[in-house]
Amino acid sequence: MTREIIVSGFGGQGVMSIGKTLTEAGLAEGLHVSWLPSYGPEMRGGTANCSVVVSDKPVGSPVVINPTELIAMNTPSLVKFEPMVVPNGIILINSSIVDKKPERSDVKAYYIPCIEIATELGNPKVANMAMLGAYLEATKAVKVETVHEMLKHIFHGPKEKLVALNLKAMEAGAACVK
Amino acid sequence: MAIVYQKSKGLTDKEMHYCPGCTHGIVHKLVAEVLEELNLLDDAIGVCPVGCSVFAYDYFSCDMQEASHGRAPAVATGIKRVHPNSPVFTYQGDGDLAAIGMAEIIHAANRGEKITTIFINNAIYGMTGGQMAPTTLIGQKATTAPLGRDKDLCGGPVHMCEMMSAIDGAVYVERVSVNNIPNLNKAKKAIKKAFELQMQNAGFAFIEVVSTCPTNWGKTPVESMKWLEENMLPVFPLGVYKDVEEVASK
Amino acid sequence: MAMELWKGNEAIAEAAVRAGCRFFFGYPITPQNEIPEYMSMRLPQVGGCFLQSESELAAINMVYGAAGAGARVMTSSSSPGISLKQEGITYMVGAQLPAVIINVSRGGPGLGSIQPAQSDYFQSTRGGGNGDYRTVVLAPNTIQEAVDHTQMAFDIADKYRNPVFVLADGMIGQMMEPIEWKEYKPAYTAEKEWATTGHKGKRPHNIVNSLFIDAAGCHQHNLELDKKYKAMEENEKRWQEVGTEDAEVLFVAYGTPSRIALSAAEILKAEGIKAGLFRPITLWPYPMMELREAIMRPSVKAVVCIEMSMGQMVEDVRYAALDKKPVSFCGKAGGVIPTQYEIAAAARAALGR
Repeated sequence: MTREIIVSGFGGQGVMSIGKTLTEAGLAEGLHVSWLPSYGPEMRGGTANCSVVVSDKPVGSPVVINPTELIAMNTPSLVKFEPMVVPNGIILINSSIVDKKPERSDVKAYYIPCIEIATELGNPKVANMAMLGAYLEATKAVKVETVHEMLKHIFHGPKEKLVALNLKAMEAGAACVK
Repeated sequence: MAIVYQKSKGLTDKEMHYCPGCTHGIVHKLVAEVLEELNLLDDAIGVCPVGCSVFAYDYFSCDMQEASHGRAPAVATGIKRVHPNSPVFTYQGDGDLAAIGMAEIIHAANRGEKITTIFINNAIYGMTGGQMAPTTLIGQKATTAPLGRDKDLCGGPVHMCEMMSAIDGAVYVERVSVNNIPNLNKAKKAIKKAFELQMQNAGFAFIEVVSTCPTNWGKTPVESMKWLEENMLPVFPLGVYKDVEEVASK
Repeated sequence: MAMELWKGNEAIAEAAVRAGCRFFFGYPITPQNEIPEYMSMRLPQVGGCFLQSESELAAINMVYGAAGAGARVMTSSSSPGISLKQEGITYMVGAQLPAVIINVSRGGPGLGSIQPAQSDYFQSTRGGGNGDYRTVVLAPNTIQEAVDHTQMAFDIADKYRNPVFVLADGMIGQMMEPIEWKEYKPAYTAEKEWATTGHKGKRPHNIVNSLFIDAAGCHQHNLELDKKYKAMEENEKRWQEVGTEDAEVLFVAYGTPSRIALSAAEILKAEGIKAGLFRPITLWPYPMMELREAIMRPSVKAVVCIEMSMGQMVEDVRYAALDKKPVSFCGKAGGVIPTQYEIAAAARAALGR
C-alpha cells in the first residue's frame, strides 16, 4: 500500500515537522519513504507544505499530486488541495482556525481543534502533534508506539517530560477521530 | 675573482619578456631577493595575474599558480587555507587588481588573509596595448581614451592604498616606487616587512609600486621615469598608509 | 547497516566530508543553501576550512587555488551561480585541477525560478565556459545516489585531474530519503606531485597554469587534454535500464523525471502497455551507443524523452535514434515538474493510442 500525504499550513505551525515525524516513523518500520518540502518565498511566512510518501514499494515520484490524505492546518491549504485528494481519500482539518468544510462528498473529513487541545495541555507548540495523533488514528499508517520511541530518542534528560506531553496531545487528537 | 653581484635564487634563468625601461623586472628582483633573504623560497607559493606579468610563473623559482583575470586574491586565499604556514603572495597589475579584481582584493583584505599583495600601478593596460586603466590619470591618453581620460565620462584614478588602509583586515599598506635608488631601497624594505608580517600571521599586507610603461606611454625609459615623477607621484603620493604596529605603539 | 533519513543537500555535504573533502568555498543561492550551511558546521570539526566567498567567481577561484595546492575541495551552487563559476571551471580544466562541483539546478534562463529544473544540460555537458573542454557529469536520481556520486566524483576528479560535476536538481537537494552510509575507500590515491606545496628545495618549481601562449603549444596541450576525455568516455560511462528488454515505449530521462517516468510506467502497465526506462547516469560521457542499442530493440515502437526543460537532452536521444524510431518530447521548464499522468499521456500519443 502506498500512502501519499500532503501536509500544509502556515509557516510555524509545525507542518514540516508532522511530515518529517511520519517519514521517520515509516523508515523505522521498514517502509519506503520520501519527504519533499515546498521551498522558497512561502517559507518566509506564507503557506508551506510537504509531500510525504510512505509505501511498501520503492518510492517512484516523490511529488504528491493526488494525495490519499490531506492534512490542512489552515484554510488556504484546504482550498488549494481539496480538489486534488483521491476519491475516498481522507482530509484532516485543523478546526481551530479552519472555518470551512470540504465541498466534496466523496472524501472523509475529520475535524481536530488542534489549538484548543494544545492550549488545554498548557503548551501551544504541541498543536501539530494533536494533528499527527489524529492522522495515525484515522489511517494507522504507522504505529503510535513507533512515534513514542522516536520521541524518547529526541527528548531525554531535562526534556524528558516533553515525551508525555506530546503523547497526550496525540491521544487527544486521536480521540477526535474515534 | 670575487663575486660582487649575483641574481637572486628566487628567480629562474628564464629570459624575461618585459620591454626596455619597464619596472616589472626590478620589482620581480626585489620580491625574489626578499623571499631568499627571509629563507622562504622552499615554501613560497606565488599567484600571478593576467596582464604584462602573466608569465611571472616562469620567472619566480618558487611554486606558482596562474590565476584568471583579477582573481589572484581568491586563488591565493584557497592556497593559504590549504597551506596556512606557507608564504603566499599575489603579484598583480592595475587592470587586474583595481578593475576586474576589485571585489576579490577588497574581500581578501577584509578577511585579513595572511597573504602579501604586490600591486604594480603604471596607469595603463600594458599587455592588451595601452587601454585606459582604473589608475590612468585625468587627461592621460590611452588607446580607449584618445583625447585623454575624461573625469566626467569615467571618473578619476582609483587610489588603492587610500582604500586599502580603511580596511580592518589590512595590517600594512605602503605605496613605493623604484624610480631611484633610495626609493628602490624603501620598496624592498616595504616588501620585506609585508612578508615578515605574513609570517607572523599578522594579516593582509599590500604594497603598491608606482611603475612605468614606456612602450604604452610612448616614451623612452628615461622620459618615463621623469613622467612618473612629475605626473604620477603627485597623484599617488608615496608613503606608509597603514601600519598596525605603529598605530598600536602610538 | 541502518538506514538514516537525510535531506539531499546535507547528505551531499556529509558524503564529501566522508570522502576526505576538507575545503569548501561557496556563496548562498537557493536551493542549495544547506550544503554550505552544513559545511560551515562540519568542516571545522574535522580540521578543514569552510569559507563563504564574496561571489561565485571568488568561490570557484578559491577552489582553483586549493585544488592547485593539492587539497580535496568542493563547491556547490545553483544554475545562475554555476554560470558565474564557468570561468573558473574552464581554467581548472585547462590547468588540470581536480575538484567537485555540485549544481542543484533550478529554473532559468536568467534569474529564472528557484524550483527544480534541468535546463543546465547543455551548459553541463557541452562546457559552459570557453575552450574545448569536457567534465564528467553525474546525475543522481535518489539521495543514496547523490551520496555515492559525490564520493565517486572526488575519485574521478583526482584520476583525470579534471573537475567533475554532480548535477542534482532542486528536488534531489531538498527532499529527504533514507540512505545507507557505506564505508568509503578512495579509489584513487596517487600522490599529487604536480601540486604547488612549496618545492622545499627538492624539485623544480611546480606551475599551475592554463596559459599556452604559443599556438602550437596550446594545440599540443589540447591534444593531451583530449586523450583524457577519450579515456573518460572509455571508462566513466554509466547508465541504468529498467524493463527495456521488451518495452513498447522507451522513456529516456535522468534525475527526478526518471523516477516520475517509472510511476508513469506503472500507470501504463495497468493498461497493458509495456514501458521501459533508459536512464543516463553520466550525462557526459553520454551512453550514446548503449541508448542506441536499447532504442533499436524490435519491441520499441516509440521513444519519449522526459526532461524538466524545454528539450535539451532530447537532441542526444534523437541522435541515438538515427531517425529509425520516432522520438517525442515531454517536458516542463522553469521549475514545473512533469507528472506521471502527463508522461503516460505522452507515451499513449507516441504509440498512437
